[in-house]
Amino acid sequence: MSKHHVSTTINGEPTEFLCEAQQTLLDCLRDELNLTGSKEGCGSGDCGACSVILDGKLVCSCLTLGVEAEGRTVITIEGIADGDKLHPVQQKFLEHAALQCGFCTPGFIVAAKALLDENKNPTEEETRYWLAGNLCRCTGYDKIIRAVLDAAAVMRGENPPSPATR
Amino acid sequence: MAYDGESLKVVGTRPIRPDGVEKVVGRANFGADMVMPGMLWGKVKRSPHAHARIKSIKTDKALKHPGVKAVVTAADFPEIASEEAFMGEGPMNFRDLSYNCMARGKVLYDGHAVAAVAATSQAIAEEALDLIEVDYEVLPHVIDVEDAMKPGAPVLHDDLFTQGVEPKPSAPSNIAKRITFTKGDAAAGFKDAEVIIERSYTSQPVHQAYIEPHACIVSAGNDGQCTVWSSSQGQFMVRAYCAKLLGLDMASIRAIPAEIGGGFGGKTLVYLEPVALALSKMTGRPVKIVMSREEVFRGTGPAAGGVYEVKLGAKKDGHIVAAELTVKLQAGAFPGSPVGPACMCGLAMYDIPNVSIVGYDVVSNRPKVAAYRAPGAPNSTFGTESCIDELARELNMDSLRLREINAARDGTKAAHGPTWANIGYEKTLQVARGSEHLATKLGPNQGRGIASGFWFNIGGESSAAVHINEDGTATVVEGNPDIGGSRASMAMMAAEVLGIPYEQVRPVVADTASIGFSFLTGGSRVTFATGMAVTQAAEKVVVDLKKRAAMIWDISPEAVDWKDGKAYPAGPNAGSFEPLSLQEIALKSGRTGGPISAEITVNAQGAGAGFATHICDVEIDKETGYVKILRYTAIQDCGRAIHPSYVEGQIQGGVTQGIGWALNEEYVYDKNGRLDNAGFLDYRIPVASDLPMIDAVIVEVPNPRHPFGVRGVGEVPIVPPMAAVANAVADAIGVRMRDLPLSPPKMRAAIDENEPPRKMAAE
Repeated sequence: MSKHHVSTTINGEPTEFLCEAQQTLLDCLRDELNLTGSKEGCGSGDCGACSVILDGKLVCSCLTLGVEAEGRTVITIEGIADGDKLHPVQQKFLEHAALQCGFCTPGFIVAAKALLDENKNPTEEETRYWLAGNLCRCTGYDKIIRAVLDAAAVMRGENPPSPATR
Repeated sequence: MAYDGESLKVVGTRPIRPDGVEKVVGRANFGADMVMPGMLWGKVKRSPHAHARIKSIKTDKALKHPGVKAVVTAADFPEIASEEAFMGEGPMNFRDLSYNCMARGKVLYDGHAVAAVAATSQAIAEEALDLIEVDYEVLPHVIDVEDAMKPGAPVLHDDLFTQGVEPKPSAPSNIAKRITFTKGDAAAGFKDAEVIIERSYTSQPVHQAYIEPHACIVSAGNDGQCTVWSSSQGQFMVRAYCAKLLGLDMASIRAIPAEIGGGFGGKTLVYLEPVALALSKMTGRPVKIVMSREEVFRGTGPAAGGVYEVKLGAKKDGHIVAAELTVKLQAGAFPGSPVGPACMCGLAMYDIPNVSIVGYDVVSNRPKVAAYRAPGAPNSTFGTESCIDELARELNMDSLRLREINAARDGTKAAHGPTWANIGYEKTLQVARGSEHLATKLGPNQGRGIASGFWFNIGGESSAAVHINEDGTATVVEGNPDIGGSRASMAMMAAEVLGIPYEQVRPVVADTASIGFSFLTGGSRVTFATGMAVTQAAEKVVVDLKKRAAMIWDISPEAVDWKDGKAYPAGPNAGSFEPLSLQEIALKSGRTGGPISAEITVNAQGAGAGFATHICDVEIDKETGYVKILRYTAIQDCGRAIHPSYVEGQIQGGVTQGIGWALNEEYVYDKNGRLDNAGFLDYRIPVASDLPMIDAVIVEVPNPRHPFGVRGVGEVPIVPPMAAVANAVADAIGVRMRDLPLSPPKMRAAIDENEPPRKMAAE
């Protein structure tokens, strides 16, 4: 069986890879491109740990085929920070202690970025529903929601106090 | 040495965790993230039957499949004798663990491993599984705990005779053990009681549901040296189990801890590592195995379900004079449910003169249960704390008042033995009593429930090293996987003792060859026990630093003080010298005796008991049966919070797991004993939109047995929620739910029974 050649853009970089027709985008990212920041928690689109942004839209990379990336742009957790400058969502996750084990964290950060790209000023309820496709078993979501709402405030130019300085 | 709360500079603050950045940019390496050159992929073939005899396993077709390099079955593992193990969080037997990793003779549950394959790709390994032919003789099975206890039930193990009954039974059964705890005379106590309540409660097994599936990569060299890289709650536990199950010595195995994507007790034993090791030895190549989510549900965990019969007798003034508790706990396919802790924890919050507790450890055709956050305590406490609420209603008394009257306090002797000292249970009740939450009004179909809980917390064996680097910064080395921010608390305790900024301490979780033995991450022990080792190692370094300063100044070490990271002459008599910073001493260490470093091993005793009181508000949608959590406050004695944000996180996470246990989570089996809901779509854990913010209130009654006053915090928060939710439901609509989970269909049925629906007009 011959492999498919895929030309795509990942985190701003033109990227090519070979994959089987049935290989998921998640497996391509992890196994072919060594981008292991996206995680597999379920393989069925229920946990969101594999969240990536495909042409501006939040998707589960475990439900997307590798060949579907052809000619499109993919943003993974590895592409959220701007070089050594963390994205506000990443910074607020750290300040709020919004991660415990850290396994679901890449998916949450990608999903939260997608939310804030679309909605600059989400309510707590909108944030909770947007992130309802991402499972976290450690935190009870409290600190995650606070981190995302604070990151939104930072991105609007506000300056919410950090819990680390309390 | 004890550190005074007022003088603390680092402990009690909220710095960013040392491993934070790599986790928010996707660079942290979890179990499935590692690859090795020449690596093969392993896959496990699992039983489709709940109970069957393995007549034969034919592997030749699979072995002929191109790309397949090896197949293993139980025949490739040494047959080991029954022997108690003490590596995990609960009781464990090496032989049972071996049989659980690879079925021998019989399969005992749907999902039980029967064979495994190593191949050049995942797809080929998957195809090969279908080519392994297993001939089964299907046997009658039993799923329910009380069915499994009945005479005539299908027996799982021919050599299982109930322990703890006299005379020894003449026939094998599924009841592995009967245990009892007695205080006073329960029968006499009930004669004294003016009000007696007797109820039975049940709950289903629930999975720990860590988001990271089990994963490992293993390399067995031709020289016999093996490396195991895996996600677990203890690299030393992995090493010990692998050595025993494969007949290797421990020195030949180096276990390297990956970052762990959640465990909650479910990663305190092994499933894959010995299998991957057997495949690696057979092929001479590294082997990686990663479970699917379906395999995680079918083949690992879960926590026990069971039956909890509670009888409480009280005076009309609310004094409880007698209590009986019977716990029938599911162990899964092998003995070892947490029935002991279930029995001990259920009534530990109360000072009751006459108590009789009986527990049964019962096997059935389900996966072997694994520890889950305060194993056993949430089960029995769902029963006891629901029954306390029922008793309060019978007495026409506020349930918080009933708890205040009967609360365990310093000097109370618990039914399971210890006499309490330095406990904070009453303090949690006081905070609940004074809380703004308790004072808020509720609307229609809304209710408020209160429940308390207890967990022992443990100490145990830990090792830690503190190395002073040449530039005066420090490295802390410990042997406990960081499952929720413990690197931060280790670095904070070391920074506090050394007197240097937290950012100058780099904590490292080391492999089994790089630090002394450390018991696994479990029992809420790491910040307590490993924190004690880190603190003592840092103190030993400070003694050395003072000695070095004394040498530089040519005075006696007793004449040197250590403060804020600097050596000072102790007083005018010691001489007049400019203070020497840690950095200056480190720079000169070559001239004062060489590197500055200390490793400490402890067997920490004196873990402080943990108590909590929770308040939960719910609203019931009577049409759909949906229970919405409106507000939740969890008040817990944490001794001393080293990093309050991570303490709050433990509380919020534990509460949320408890809410899932209360409302949705359960294992559902079909009539053939096959698991019907082995995925996150059908096994529904709480999501962000299900919940409000969880108010975590930290009470600090310092534990005098820890230098900073720490007591474990991670497990207590999952103990009260099930009863808190059920009590809130009873308060809201007058319906008492005694069988978990309180899922919408069950709620609807109970609501309909309570308020029969009006007949349709057309009828």
